Amino acid sequence: MSDEHMSNDTHAYAIELKGISKRFGSVQANKDINLQVPAGTVHGIIGENGAGKSTLMSIIYGFYEADTGSIEVDGQSLTIRNSQDAIRAGIGMVHQHFMLVDTFTVLENIILGAEGGALLKDGVAGARKELKRLEQEFNLEVDVDAVVGDLPVGLQQRVEILKALYRGARILILDEPTGVLTPQEADHLFRILHALKEQGVTVMLITHKLREILASTDNVSVMRQGQMVAHRVTKETSKEELAELMVGKKVRLKVDKDVPKIGETVLKASDLTFVDGQGVERLKRVSLELRAGEIVGIAGVSGNGQSELLNVLSGITPMSAGEIQFAGRTITASAPCNAAQMRELKMAHVPEDRHKMGLVTGFEAYEAAILGYHDRPDYNGSILMNRKAMLAECEERMAAWDVRPPNPHLKTANFSGGNQQKIVIAREVEQNPDVLLIGQPTRGVDIGAIENIHEQIVKLRDAGKAILLVSVELDEIMALSDRIMVMFDGAVVGEVSGAEANEQTLGLMMANAWNEEGAAV
Amino acid sequence: MSQAKVPVWVNVGLIPLINILLAFVVSALVILAIGENPIEAAGYLVYGAFGYDEGIGYTLYYATNLIFTGLAVSVAFKAGLFNIGGEGQAYIGGLGVGLLCLWLDASMPFWVIAPLAILGAFIFGAAWAYIPAYLQAKRGSHIVITTIMFNFIASSLMVYLMVNWLKEEGRMSPASRIFEENAWMPYLYELFEPFGIDIGDSPLNLTFLLALVCCVLVWGLIWHTRWGYQLRTVGTNATAAEYAGIDNSKVTIWVMLISGGLAGFVGVNEIMGVNHHLLLNFTAGYGFAGIAVALMGRNHPIGIVLAAILFGALYQGGAELAFEMPSITPEIVVVIQGLVILFSGALENMLKGKIEALFTRPVTA
Repeated sequence: MSDEHMSNDTHAYAIELKGISKRFGSVQANKDINLQVPAGTVHGIIGENGAGKSTLMSIIYGFYEADTGSIEVDGQSLTIRNSQDAIRAGIGMVHQHFMLVDTFTVLENIILGAEGGALLKDGVAGARKELKRLEQEFNLEVDVDAVVGDLPVGLQQRVEILKALYRGARILILDEPTGVLTPQEADHLFRILHALKEQGVTVMLITHKLREILASTDNVSVMRQGQMVAHRVTKETSKEELAELMVGKKVRLKVDKDVPKIGETVLKASDLTFVDGQGVERLKRVSLELRAGEIVGIAGVSGNGQSELLNVLSGITPMSAGEIQFAGRTITASAPCNAAQMRELKMAHVPEDRHKMGLVTGFEAYEAAILGYHDRPDYNGSILMNRKAMLAECEERMAAWDVRPPNPHLKTANFSGGNQQKIVIAREVEQNPDVLLIGQPTRGVDIGAIENIHEQIVKLRDAGKAILLVSVELDEIMALSDRIMVMFDGAVVGEVSGAEANEQTLGLMMANAWNEEGAAV
Repeated sequence: MSQAKVPVWVNVGLIPLINILLAFVVSALVILAIGENPIEAAGYLVYGAFGYDEGIGYTLYYATNLIFTGLAVSVAFKAGLFNIGGEGQAYIGGLGVGLLCLWLDASMPFWVIAPLAILGAFIFGAAWAYIPAYLQAKRGSHIVITTIMFNFIASSLMVYLMVNWLKEEGRMSPASRIFEENAWMPYLYELFEPFGIDIGDSPLNLTFLLALVCCVLVWGLIWHTRWGYQLRTVGTNATAAEYAGIDNSKVTIWVMLISGGLAGFVGVNEIMGVNHHLLLNFTAGYGFAGIAVALMGRNHPIGIVLAAILFGALYQGGAELAFEMPSITPEIVVVIQGLVILFSGALENMLKGKIEALFTRPVTA
């Protein structure tokens, strides 16, 4: 850990965290976090999704209590049990998803919870005056009588900031503030942050976007896998260094594999586009080809369209535009193919989230082991299901895949993550598919099982299957893939062969900083 | 994880038992407040429900209706749907039975009428559940709201039909003519008589057996068929169902058809079995009580039979109690029933955590 930025620092710390740890069940979300945020600075916290940034901020804001460690605000040790405690200590938070009442006006939203008196009238008059002052001081002009639902997101965010300031926040936490903003709105936000800093407000900016950190912060701390791995002065660091710190030089995974024997194209997707219910374009004209005997890896920070890609390819969500050519069929938005039909065409899918999607955790293992294939004649008599066949097959697979404990009657929820994943992978693979979509195959899986799962994936490749691998673990992508595509913001932004890939290039592509690298940095 | 260590009997046996006992303790306080002796009252209640042949018959007759509505609620619940419309579906199911009997009783023998009437009850009840099911599956209207509304619509529809179309001429009350006897479901005491067994005169009829058969069928459907597999998948993890290619809206619709059909069987018991003519308000709240029965029976057919018998006993024993102790009015009996529902249904989780902790601690320590 480097603490160089504090060497010639005369400020007191606005926030100092000492040894914060937080565990959810078996997941260590934060581990022994130390952090010093000098007063009156903009401090960035950067890390991949799932690195523990949001948990840490939730601890500061009182949503969670840390298991161990202490928090000091302006040099005073504090116990923050809930958000009221945090507000009293002068901490304000702007969440990624705004906490505003859409049908209320800006003014009503801002005084919500701080109405001041039984009658609204008195509070409103006072609030109006105070808001005028805040707006002038911080350059945050907003029409206080507008209905929040009518405002664009950039302005809604400004309302959130005003709300925090109105409550007397001197320390402002912004969680992924630009996720919903257009580039212009984001630039405006950075100007606001600058104005806040001038007025002595301390800002903590949580993000996974390198550009923002470099554009707007004084110092930056990097988190990886629940730990604080580095502190840097923004001026003295670079995109490359941060990307590397974020992704980390992990223990290189070793997978033995030969040169791929690539066969014919099995699946061809062209210009796949998916627009979600809110009208946001989640997939932007993605084209890819899967060939027999090849593993194609999709790298990217999670939330950049990988899940949507898997769902559209597997038929779970209908595409908005584009087409898929697979098994002699052309699948389009007007001629869709649902998940059951895709299975019939011999496409198998190991979903990213086994709890939410891949398994029914309340089911016994032998029941979960046929999910999606429950209509097959092997498992059914004319009316009743053939429980004997289901059990026999499940036992057989449990032995072949070394699932422990090998008890088909155990509830799925009671298996460890690795064994749950084996149940899912075995189910999909044993149906002998032509195409296997596989998302986060080793998320929450212990080391021993990871190796086993990787071996199985390579074995499938060698058996001539076309495999699409989505993972946020760069090591996994690099160890397994013959070809790597990088997704950013719903689009494929780069493609490299597995042999040529290195962490740095991929890291930059993932942050969509690759193209600008020569010019900007 | 901790849940796995709690013995099953605690969850399905001990906790419901403690909840019922709590309800009785509070009921005892109510009876004390009225100035009566709660132990004496409990004696009347138990004797009334189980103490003599006719009492048992009545208890089981009430239980018959509650098994149907309890099964109806639980089938829907297994698919994650809250069917509050059992009352209306039972009402319309009864209409189906009544129309069939009025149409065929002069021309057909019992063995033709009975299966047709049972089918009619199912179809009418199912049809009444179909509309809310369709609205939920295809239009996103919430099924709780629509099924409640359909209870009112069923009630108004029945008044309209009875008053304007089905009322027997010359009758003062809105009721149809009495069916010919070949459209009556045989009473169980009639069936036992030839063997010299006297089980006492009560409205308990063959429909009770239909209820038990339904329990077995529902059990088989939910746990042993692929439709049940789909239904449970949708009910426990809708995302996984989507992943598995299960058509959520299709499942919603056929589950509600089965649920409504089961509720409709109340009509067989009431119209064919007991009243022998169409009339108003024969459902008497069984549809709503079915929710409590399903809750208490943990949505399992065996649990539902037990819970239905308990509620049947409360109905029958309560009536006896109100008769023997005049200061305990029927309204107080309803209070007692309400307390049982409150403690075993609404407050089900009040003690659950604590009792479970009691049984998990020694294991983890």
